[in-house]
Amino acid sequence: MDVRVSGVRKEFDRFPALHDVSLDINSGELIALLGPSGSGKTTLLRLIAGLETPTEGKVFFGDEDASLKSVQERNVGFVFQHYALFRHMTVIDNVGFGLKVRPSASRPSNEEIRRRSSELLDFVQLGGLEKRYPAQLSGGQRQRVALARAMAIEPRVLLLDEPFGALDAKVRKELRRWLREIHDKTMHTTVFVTHDQDEALELADRVVVMSQGKIEQIGTPDQVYDTPNSPFVYGFIGESSSLTVRIDNGEVWLADRTLGLKSDAPDGNATLYFRPHDVELIDGCGGCIAGTVIASRRVGATRRVELEIGGAAERVEIEIPADHPAREKSRIAFRPKHWRVFPQA
Amino acid sequence: MTLGFTLAYLTLIVLIPLTGLVWRSASLGWGGMWHVATDARTLNALKISFGTSLIAALINVVFGVIVAWVLVRYRFPGRRIIDAIVDLPFALPTAVAGIALTALYSKNGWIGRWLDPLGIKVAFTPVGITIALIFIGLPFVVRTVQPVMEEIRKEVEEAAATLGATRFQTISRVLLPGLTPAILTGFALAFARAVGEYGSVIFIAGNLPYISEIAPLLIVIRLEEFDYTGATAIAAIMLLISFTMLFVINLIQAWSRRRYGYAT
Repeated sequence: MDVRVSGVRKEFDRFPALHDVSLDINSGELIALLGPSGSGKTTLLRLIAGLETPTEGKVFFGDEDASLKSVQERNVGFVFQHYALFRHMTVIDNVGFGLKVRPSASRPSNEEIRRRSSELLDFVQLGGLEKRYPAQLSGGQRQRVALARAMAIEPRVLLLDEPFGALDAKVRKELRRWLREIHDKTMHTTVFVTHDQDEALELADRVVVMSQGKIEQIGTPDQVYDTPNSPFVYGFIGESSSLTVRIDNGEVWLADRTLGLKSDAPDGNATLYFRPHDVELIDGCGGCIAGTVIASRRVGATRRVELEIGGAAERVEIEIPADHPAREKSRIAFRPKHWRVFPQA
Repeated sequence: MTLGFTLAYLTLIVLIPLTGLVWRSASLGWGGMWHVATDARTLNALKISFGTSLIAALINVVFGVIVAWVLVRYRFPGRRIIDAIVDLPFALPTAVAGIALTALYSKNGWIGRWLDPLGIKVAFTPVGITIALIFIGLPFVVRTVQPVMEEIRKEVEEAAATLGATRFQTISRVLLPGLTPAILTGFALAFARAVGEYGSVIFIAGNLPYISEIAPLLIVIRLEEFDYTGATAIAAIMLLISFTMLFVINLIQAWSRRRYGYAT
């Protein structure tokens, strides 16, 4: 089912949580809403579910205007960060709940509900735990039950709010891979919210980066990682270093030296962004960035050094090979391989 | 050590007085006991005491749960004040409550004067007794249910809604079952308190034998007649009935806890 969010604005007590957000989600896609807390990602998810109503704008499921429908009628599967299981019901009753509360005309028979619920439990690899209560399960198992419960109603869209947020790192990684498998098998249109960029990049077909109630960028993991379209995305996804530069006639200048980089940004002050690991070290310095090492630390297979650049004493981080001879106080020259310049406001 | 302490304390404070009570009334013998128990006045007093207590506790369960829900889920000006008012029946000397209620519901009281022309008499009838018992029992239900309600996350209701449950289905299938053990505890406490209540009731009851005379009052009357054995006999009968009822409620509670998976 295609989902289309069109010009949605949401205010809570006059406090704007979303400004004019539009988003097209294709059928069968796995989409991540990624952003820091307060970016409006959860609000957007809840608006799609119908748990919030937009102050302005509409939400479409296919061609149908879902904004006119209640949560109950929208038929969405929603998974909460803290599972929200019904703790007085067994696992199988939790999964069957959505079918049991259907009006009698569309409700399957009890045996049918039981059969489908236990099929789903097998599907989420919890076969044999039907009779358990949620309190008797681990966090990861509870979240699987929550997902099975959401899938039992054959939802048109699957919405997950920080689904792995309450789990420890190891279980998180496992469930991440597992969710991707589930999605590839069922091809449910799925939207999940996360503040963890690794999770978003690893899992999603497309990532929606949000900040302060707005969408900053929509793109595949490669697009948002390799070609961030704003300083925010550069800073939020992956690691980045930045330097204040000046643009003059399409040339990038650092203080009184040209870096040998071309930019079509307008003349004036600007900020140069690049990835610390995406640099080449050079010996002589005709058109490069040079600085004095003021700190260095070993990170995995490489070494991270902090450089002080020029008189303005700006600091940037770059990665160098672990066996590089540079020590504190020595000078290093480098040039970013991939970079972007954003004019300063 | 801890068990020893608990037992010793319980024996000193609860068991010894109760044993004394049973022992004292035992001097009556089975025949004498039976005689007291089947005396028409005693029977009526017991019926009124347990009947009004039961009705009051049931009404308290319904409205106490609603009050607790409002206090937990809604934010409105004056909420804290209302929250504090719920405890008043705990703190108020019950005689004060009795006098206030009598003044309200008597023939020319603020409320009684409107009910009287309709032929509804509250003061000096079992209805009045029930009202007094509702008053003193309310905080027991609210205060036992409230903390459990606070633990129910809003998300649980939202989950039910996304799964297609109507508001009514959410309340009856998701919220209430989880609250059942707490509601039963609140009911048991309110009921037990009502059975033993004396102060607030004697003012509004009018204390007409066979009509609005409660068992605790009958005990006091027997005491004033220096009929100590008679008094303890009635007390022992009350004790027996109360214990049986509380025991049964406890069993239901244990069952519902198991049934609803709180045992872990």
